[in-house]
Amino acid sequence: MATFESKQARPAPRNTKGITHWLRENLFSDITSSILTILSFVLLYLTIPPLLDWMIFDATWTGTKEEITKDGARWIFIFEKFNQFIYGFYPEDQYYRPNLVLFIFLLYIYGFKKINNTLVRAFIVLSFPVISVVLLYGGFGLEIIPTTKWGGLLLTIVVAAVGIIVSFPIGILFALGRQSKMPIIKTISIMYIEFIRGVPLITLLFMSSVILPLFFPENMDFDKLLRALIGITLFQAAYIAEVIRGGLQAIPKGQYEAADSIGLTYWQTMGLIILPQALKISIPNIVGSFISLFKDTTLVLIIGLFDVLAMVTLTSTDPKWLGFETEGYVFVTLIYWVICFSMSKYAKSLEEKFNTDHR
Amino acid sequence: MKKYRKEPQENVAFYNNPEKRAIIYQILALAAIFIFTYFILNNMFTNIEKRGINTGFDFLSSEAGFGILQSLIEYDESNSHGKVFIVGLLNTLLVSAIGIFFASIIGLLIGIGRLSKNFMVSKLCMIYVETFRNIPILLQILFWYNVVLASLPNPRQSFSYFDSIFLNNRGLYIPKPILESGFIAVIIAFILGLIACAYLVKWAKTKHDETGEEFPVVWTSLAILIVAPTLVFFVSGTPATLEYAELKGFNFKGGWTLIPELLALAFALSIYTATYIAEAVRAGIEAVPKGQKEAAHALGLKDHIILKKVVLPQALRVIIPPVINQYLNLTKNSSLATAIGYPELVTIFAGTSLNQVGQAIEIILMTMAVYLTISIVISLIMNYANEKMKIKER
Repeated sequence: MATFESKQARPAPRNTKGITHWLRENLFSDITSSILTILSFVLLYLTIPPLLDWMIFDATWTGTKEEITKDGARWIFIFEKFNQFIYGFYPEDQYYRPNLVLFIFLLYIYGFKKINNTLVRAFIVLSFPVISVVLLYGGFGLEIIPTTKWGGLLLTIVVAAVGIIVSFPIGILFALGRQSKMPIIKTISIMYIEFIRGVPLITLLFMSSVILPLFFPENMDFDKLLRALIGITLFQAAYIAEVIRGGLQAIPKGQYEAADSIGLTYWQTMGLIILPQALKISIPNIVGSFISLFKDTTLVLIIGLFDVLAMVTLTSTDPKWLGFETEGYVFVTLIYWVICFSMSKYAKSLEEKFNTDHR
Repeated sequence: MKKYRKEPQENVAFYNNPEKRAIIYQILALAAIFIFTYFILNNMFTNIEKRGINTGFDFLSSEAGFGILQSLIEYDESNSHGKVFIVGLLNTLLVSAIGIFFASIIGLLIGIGRLSKNFMVSKLCMIYVETFRNIPILLQILFWYNVVLASLPNPRQSFSYFDSIFLNNRGLYIPKPILESGFIAVIIAFILGLIACAYLVKWAKTKHDETGEEFPVVWTSLAILIVAPTLVFFVSGTPATLEYAELKGFNFKGGWTLIPELLALAFALSIYTATYIAEAVRAGIEAVPKGQKEAAHALGLKDHIILKKVVLPQALRVIIPPVINQYLNLTKNSSLATAIGYPELVTIFAGTSLNQVGQAIEIILMTMAVYLTISIVISLIMNYANEKMKIKER
């Protein structure tokens, strides 16, 4: 028969709360981890203080070029050339026009949610491109500003926006074409998509800038910007098509069958049932594709358009301001980084919002 | 009421019969394409004639007449445009191979780092990914080339490592191995080593299937591949020497030179593509169900065995397709070299050659055909590998 033996009390459990616990769990859980932590801190120590010194503490913010004496960044260059980075060679007294386009855009975005009437919504969507073109280019009494004067962030945004908007319907058509049961339509779509996706964007831009004019009658004048836009749109449409195809493939077969069984036509099925769901699923990837396109707009500098990146190269060859590339590049980096990072965070939040997966 | 689709009635009009309608649509689409093609070809021939542009591929054998900064094969100004094409293609492949090699290593480390339990490591890896992924690759190339490499010291003040590797604003200089005739023995030893390893793998697999015993295949193979050629190398009397770069006059002579254009391009491509590879690696490892690891733990397997035998084989299936896509993107992005003048296909062939002979159509189409071929070959290989690696379900 077993007799009762008292056991030694076990030691109190380790503290599972508080900063020491957190440090031990996350930074010093074992020897390897501790070494890595220390190395990380060394890395931060070696990079962050010099960077902050250069960017902020030793930087020159105001004054004239002659007053620059310190080792830090010379941000006065950015302030001096700010208008060129944003508007390119757009005449200064006309700056209100791009600003107005931006304002109308924000107004429409704000108003769009409040309006429930489909006709008014359609008017908003369709009128904006027309208004923008008239405001930016001119006509109807406005002074005409040729596209050769467009540049900087303005040009970047024009290229990205046109690429995104125009490529979207084309992309949808090619996605549907690739899913089609009609063999010829399907082959054409596949050939288009695979051809465009197989070559670098730069060769497409070369093609549209060098070969495209050869394809059309001589009297048809192609603006340099328009040629770039055609190249970018052809490129983006193929990528959008593949993204949407992914969404289409995710729609259960039952949805098609249900649409068939209530006697909807192909376009009714697609427009009312399949595409709304497919697009919703694809939104995160569509945003991802927009981000890529936005970054790729920099390539237009290779065919001689002055986007915001090209403005850096151009302004730093100004004899009065030689050798300010670094500041220019850092400034442009910040612009791109902020825009792309916010878009990718937005895509991530959409992904979570649309996650109706209950598994 | 509408009729059920699958059985159209005989008396229905042809435009209401989906099958007949499909044929009409396709004929219309084909006709549109033919008309469009005819239109542009017609214009093209008229324009070519009017502007007096040469056609055909004769230009490939005509003299190029310009020098190229760097070429993997013998090239001089008297060579043809056809040779320029080859030089450009090889330089494209060179920078892509270097880029793919380093992007894979960095990407793998960062991807695993993001899953680290160590707070600092995972956060730093996250910062790396979020920073470099959101900056256009062209901007990164220009930054490395115009800011970082341009600010390196001149050859006289070069950074020197072990007195054999030198870095300055003219490029990176590394020792060049000079192979003597006896070196063939080392190569033979290496090939024999490879064959031995193949047998070893087979033998280890049979042994494992029969007895369940593990044999350290990877380490043994590595040992064979390193030790055998090294032994032969010394036994046959070191039939190779290193040629070091030396400072002569204003610049270094001898050794291998990696020009700044190549360095900037390879740097930017590896750093940028690595962010995408890192994300693919992370997603792949995260895609392995937690239960798999728990089950393996419950069986009493050790951590590194779980990683090797349970997690990685499943993760790799998810990782490989997007990574191959990134390799392809890297190769396509190498065409941005034209912005800094690294002499790859687009820079010298679709750039310099095009400017000299003016035959845009042939040259751009040839350039596109190269990238298209690379894409198609890679996607064929990938589809084949995917098919092979698919989990065989009953």
